[in-house]
Amino acid sequence: MSTRFRSALMAGAAAVLGLALTACGGSDAGSGQQAGGQAGAPARTLTVSAAASLTSVYQQLGTEFQNANPGTTVTFNFGGSDSLAQQVVQGAPADVLATASSRTMQTAVQAGKIQGEPVVYATNSLQIAVAPNNPKQITDLAAMARPGVISVVCAPAVPCGAAAEAAEKAAGVTLTPASEEQDVKGVLNRVQTGNADAGLVYVTDVRSAQGKVQGVDFPQASAQGAVQSYPIGVVTGSQNADLAQNWVNFVRGPEGTAALQQAGFVTK
Amino acid sequence: MTAVPRLLWAPAALGWLLVAIPVAGLVVRVDWPNFLGLVTTPSALAALRLSLETGLATMVLCLVLGGPLAVVLARSSLPGLPFIRSVVLLPLVLPPVVGGLTLLFLFGRTGPVGGWLDREFGVTIPFSTPAVVLAQTFVAMPFLVVSLEGALRTAGERYEAVAATLGASPITTLWRVTVPVVLPGLMSGSVLAFARALGEFGATITFAGSLEGTTRTLPLYIYLESESDLDGAVAMSLVLVVVAILVIVVSRTRDLR
Repeated sequence: MSTRFRSALMAGAAAVLGLALTACGGSDAGSGQQAGGQAGAPARTLTVSAAASLTSVYQQLGTEFQNANPGTTVTFNFGGSDSLAQQVVQGAPADVLATASSRTMQTAVQAGKIQGEPVVYATNSLQIAVAPNNPKQITDLAAMARPGVISVVCAPAVPCGAAAEAAEKAAGVTLTPASEEQDVKGVLNRVQTGNADAGLVYVTDVRSAQGKVQGVDFPQASAQGAVQSYPIGVVTGSQNADLAQNWVNFVRGPEGTAALQQAGFVTK
Repeated sequence: MTAVPRLLWAPAALGWLLVAIPVAGLVVRVDWPNFLGLVTTPSALAALRLSLETGLATMVLCLVLGGPLAVVLARSSLPGLPFIRSVVLLPLVLPPVVGGLTLLFLFGRTGPVGGWLDREFGVTIPFSTPAVVLAQTFVAMPFLVVSLEGALRTAGERYEAVAATLGASPITTLWRVTVPVVLPGLMSGSVLAFARALGEFGATITFAGSLEGTTRTLPLYIYLESESDLDGAVAMSLVLVVVAILVIVVSRTRDLR
């Protein structure tokens, strides 16, 4: 009896190995992406920790920045603003921190991890994402709360969910979402695959879906607490503080402004 | 008992520490004064309850579907058996997120099966508790099938053959001979499937979504909490570790008996 059970358990153990190999899907989305360096001038690597919503804009700017500064390699660490700020506080190597909310940036500032004052260089507002041609004719938040409309938002604990809550409050509407997603891309995905009729996402997310969803503006998107600020700062103790400051200036300069506006951000 | 070569001690110790130290680190990191408060918030309890309920439902579904599947794989002489087996084992090597996506494309509102259910019966599977069970079963069933098929093969067909010569019908043989003989394998397989379901994350969040009390199981809750309240996430992680240890203890106690 005991031997047989043991051999069954061995088979199980083999299965557990499989579990160990596969169970970690979905966690570490997009870390440490490199855009390739150049020979010649002294090689320097700038590490930028940036909010996931900045991925495409920053990758494009990274290439432009490398072309403008031969010998420089820009490495990105994209992720959730909370985790990025936490990482910087814990001493993770980063030269620049660019989060998607002032609150998360404040975490790093209070830990003395940001040189000087971080600057807010862009904002992003909410839009209702619906299927192309808006088949359910959703024109505002109240329409999103109609029975029979499957709506999806971010969880209140994450920035896009907090923004959604602020907008709901301003509109006097309480949504009953079918799901509260971990991040805004999750919401976009639900609408894009047709499993949800409407979702609260940012203008930049609608823009990035390239016509697969349609964005609906609504007045409460500009309500207090609903608009997302994008602060950027140079990390204290950075080995490349000058280069990091150049990056900040680059993002705020003409190239950065153009790329940000193209993606749907409002620049300052 | 043969002597263990000295060469193996160091890597064996390292391997053990690799698992033990992070878990010990978790225990140290827990905010003990507030522990009870953190693990008994309504959201945490809802997640724990949902995890246990869907885990049990998954285990039952794995038994009902995976049990017969293991018998077919171990005892039948179907053509293409190796192919059938490799399909069953696919979720073991597939990232769970991929599993979730495949389920979404099949059972989602625009998928072939999901679309049909939506049109004909007004049933929407994503965002529902059954979707959680479906996702968990997808990833957990191979664990039961693998253990049970192994047990069936180890047990061999001698007793079944004897039962047949004594005039027992195949179904009587199955219930009176096969099942009792492989019961330990069946038990450990079920426990493993339950444990795997309890830890399921990727397929669930991709396919079922995340809503308190409906689809937000313990791993999803921990992941969400880690964004805002790390202490809460750590406390619930410890709860999950304790549940996992209980599961292992339960299965090992049978072994030692």
